[in-house]
Amino acid sequence: MVNTIFGLCLLVGSLFAGLIGSLTGLGGGVLLVPMLVLLFHVSVRYAVGTSLISVIATSSGAASAYLTEGYTNLRIGMFLQMAATAGAIVGAIIAGLLHGTTIAIIFGLVLLYSSYLSLRRKEEAESPRPSARLAKQLRLEGSYPTAGGWKGYRVYNVSGGFSLMLAAGTLSGLLGIGSGAVKVLAMDQLMRLPYKVSTTTSNFMIGITAAASAGIYLHAGFIDPGLTMPVMLGVLGGAFIGAKLLMRVPTKPLRIFFSLVIFVMAVEMIYSGLTGRL
Amino acid sequence: MTLVMRRLERLIGFVLLVGVLLSAATVLLGGVLFLWRHGSTPVHYRIFRGEPSDLRTLLGVWGDVMKGSGRGIIQVGLILLVAVQLVRVLLTGILFLLSRDKTFVVITTVVLGLLTYALFYAGR
Repeated sequence: MVNTIFGLCLLVGSLFAGLIGSLTGLGGGVLLVPMLVLLFHVSVRYAVGTSLISVIATSSGAASAYLTEGYTNLRIGMFLQMAATAGAIVGAIIAGLLHGTTIAIIFGLVLLYSSYLSLRRKEEAESPRPSARLAKQLRLEGSYPTAGGWKGYRVYNVSGGFSLMLAAGTLSGLLGIGSGAVKVLAMDQLMRLPYKVSTTTSNFMIGITAAASAGIYLHAGFIDPGLTMPVMLGVLGGAFIGAKLLMRVPTKPLRIFFSLVIFVMAVEMIYSGLTGRL
Repeated sequence: MTLVMRRLERLIGFVLLVGVLLSAATVLLGGVLFLWRHGSTPVHYRIFRGEPSDLRTLLGVWGDVMKGSGRGIIQVGLILLVAVQLVRVLLTGILFLLSRDKTFVVITTVVLGLLTYALFYAGR
């Protein structure tokens, strides 16, 4: 295939990936890498580099919309960002040392786990317990807009969330994804933040985390301009549309459908990696 | 939350939007140039070779732009996108500084330091 046709196909595929990624709050990366590798037969390391840049674009585009709406908790975001950034540096350095096939297999396993996570998630009742001591010391509690006005929320298990964020950062740098699933898991399930606060704060963090890995990827030669151009533009377009739709679309059925898609892609990635077809 | 902080939060959102749009415009410009010249060249992404050395460093990319290379211009757009993240952290830091929040100024400085290290990490 020639550059122009290939670019057009990539643009359309990426637009879709960006839309879904933004609506589910999980970022475009988990869809992009399998799409590039399985559908477009791009080498895993180029795919990872391309995806990472697109993840920064998605996060920035969506975060600019969310910030004006008041869901994002900047204090929690910046506090957890220390762990995520450190992890991202480690992950990107490891990515440069591993073979593409190994990265693909790890990717598949992480995908399987993320799909399991989003299916298992259940709405939990509000806890009457006061916030964790560390959360109070750092004044991490906040409030967010609901249909009935601003509503305050408490924050638990800060150190657990911080540790999980270190893992999220490492995965992000290793696989070129935003690790939105793990970031949301840390905030939504461990720290018990409201779901929309978790997804928007995760979105705020994703771009910064990915930027840390991007510098290392650039020096390692993972980022190809001809390949990244249509993908980045497509994902960005999809993310902008997604951010406009978010408040009007029910997230639950979307998440369930998306988890099934992820599951199929995960199995395919692992299978392709193990049989050496990549 | 005070009005000043609310405004600064909106400013961060605005800077992000402008940065992303500027980056996308640069990428698009470079992309048009690239496809104009190499649109009918077959693609070659199946095997990882790594980018040529000029596309891996800031100075190298700048040299390509001076030669009018489409790939070089795309790369500038991508680097711009990464740089916007640095600005985003910096502005968040200013927000904490204005609210005299020492702990969070330190936290933001740590993040900024890690990020700067990563961006200028030359590899071994």
